[in-house]
Amino acid sequence: MSAINCNDLCKYYQQGDAVIKGLDHVSLEIEEGSFICLSGPSGSGKTTLLNAIGGLDSLDSGEISINGERVDLLGKAALSDLRLHSIGFVFQAYNLIPVLSARENVEFVMQVQGVSAAERKVRSSKILQEVGLEGMEDRRPAQLSGGQQQRVAVARAIVSQPKLVLADEPTANLDSKSMERLMTIFRELNRTHKVTFLIATHDQRVMEWAERRISMEDGRVIADELQNVA
Amino acid sequence: MAMPVRAMSVLAWRNLWRNYRRTLIMLLAITVGVWAMIFMTALLRGMVDNMVRTGISVLPGHVQIHAMEYRDDPSVTHSLPAASKAILEVLNGEQVTAWAGRVKVPAMISSEQDNRGITLLGIDPGGEMALGFDSADVIEGRFLDGPDDRGIVIGKKLMQRLETRLGKRVVVMSQDPENAIADRGFRVVGVYEADLESREESFVYAGRDVIQGMLGMGSDVSELAILGHDYRTPDSLTLSIRDAVPADQEVLSWLELDPYLSTMMRVMDGFVLVWMVVIFLALSFGLVNTLMMAIFERVREIGLMRALGMRPSAIVYQILVESLMLLALGLLAGNVLAISTILWLKDGIDVSAISEGMEMMGAASVMYPVMEWPDLVLANAVVIGLGIITSLLPAWRAAQYRPVEALSST
Repeated sequence: MSAINCNDLCKYYQQGDAVIKGLDHVSLEIEEGSFICLSGPSGSGKTTLLNAIGGLDSLDSGEISINGERVDLLGKAALSDLRLHSIGFVFQAYNLIPVLSARENVEFVMQVQGVSAAERKVRSSKILQEVGLEGMEDRRPAQLSGGQQQRVAVARAIVSQPKLVLADEPTANLDSKSMERLMTIFRELNRTHKVTFLIATHDQRVMEWAERRISMEDGRVIADELQNVA
Repeated sequence: MAMPVRAMSVLAWRNLWRNYRRTLIMLLAITVGVWAMIFMTALLRGMVDNMVRTGISVLPGHVQIHAMEYRDDPSVTHSLPAASKAILEVLNGEQVTAWAGRVKVPAMISSEQDNRGITLLGIDPGGEMALGFDSADVIEGRFLDGPDDRGIVIGKKLMQRLETRLGKRVVVMSQDPENAIADRGFRVVGVYEADLESREESFVYAGRDVIQGMLGMGSDVSELAILGHDYRTPDSLTLSIRDAVPADQEVLSWLELDPYLSTMMRVMDGFVLVWMVVIFLALSFGLVNTLMMAIFERVREIGLMRALGMRPSAIVYQILVESLMLLALGLLAGNVLAISTILWLKDGIDVSAISEGMEMMGAASVMYPVMEWPDLVLANAVVIGLGIITSLLPAWRAAQYRPVEALSST
């Protein structure tokens, strides 16, 4: 069954007299439980595609469905609910809330979802331990390194076990060991809970973890290939 | 889906203190504004209350009964017979705290130096004091001993005008029911001081029996003055008395007897509301500016919250909670400050430097702040109510950010 279905997506930006092609007639079908990486140079349209799929940005034309629901037709509130319950985001910049501690940042989505305090604490402790931030739960973002902040952002994205994780350069600030640990967590979630992962990355190491690699350039898909993963 | 109130409150509280200097300045502004609303209203209330009480003590009473023509021609010919049984039943009932029959006629008073037109009051001293005359106002000599006291008590200002003094004799002239001159000599046994000099100059007190004898009016009186429990609500008392009196007598509450005072009291409520709204409007510019600045500094975070699944309405609530916390803190400090100031000044503020102006308005030269709970509630309601309305604009702006644009802002 298709988790994501993109049909002829177009998104153009006007920059002076020039038209920048964010997405240029992109069509994709992503199966539920896939582990896919989006690769391509900066400006190739990876982030634009993730934003469009997550309902963060509107399209000029085209259709996007997630689990059969047309994302491009949803209103603001319905899109918020979709993101809250079905999608986990990892952004390029860590995007943590500075006045909240690491634990509170991780619990934020669960709070909005209405998860009980006891349940939140159990889940956040577990995920923070898994991403190697045990003992740093009460630190504010300003007291964490870039890599640690990125791990908090990852923990926040996956703690409520969404059906789809959209990750934009999730390993950009991580050393090899942390990257390995993070990808292992992603893979584990993908295999055990059939969470679909769509990861935009420049990182060759991350690409090696993906079953399917979609390459983009100038807003177009230029290659879409399956890979053998150990 | 909205966040739980507790989580929203924690986030709002921490956001509030991100820029503590800005928050403190805004808090100071709200505190001073709330203080001004409550304290100045208490001063105005005190002034109007004083004017009304002074007015009522001059009338005196909350309700008066007169002969129908008395107010057009307050002479001895328009007097009232002794109170009937029906009237006495009401006057001795629970609604009445005190009452007295008084002779009140225009007269002329002469000393060996000068003469003046006055209002001659023939009173029963006990009843008069129950109606509000304070014997402590008598600064020289004594007040009348009873309705048959043959002395006279005049105001300090009148004494100066007549160039007379305690113990000297004066002559009082008026008209009897046959329009003949009725006069009598009195010894000045007391001099009183009043809040209003005009009262000192015009009101002269003598024993009721003596004046009735001088004017040949038997046991008739000019008016029955009646005091109820609360000057603000004289209507039910007026209606009860009106039911008991004959058709040739009129029963009027002080609201009708002194339209200037009653209008002022009615206007006061509207003025208080306008005053509070005006102060809040000045405050609201600061509040909107503070919230707008706080939002502009957090565009990226707001975009993040939207991206993570917070609905636009939840963003509105989040900003409103922040605004409410700021308002609540300001209200708390403002209320405490205002109540403390009112308690501190409960013995009055001496404004004798502008006593002439105050007297023109019928107010005394000492102002007593009077805090009324409805005013306190109104001030708090205005700040909270209008504060929420004012905060809706920045909150709505925040909710309109598109996540992708907000996230890419620096």
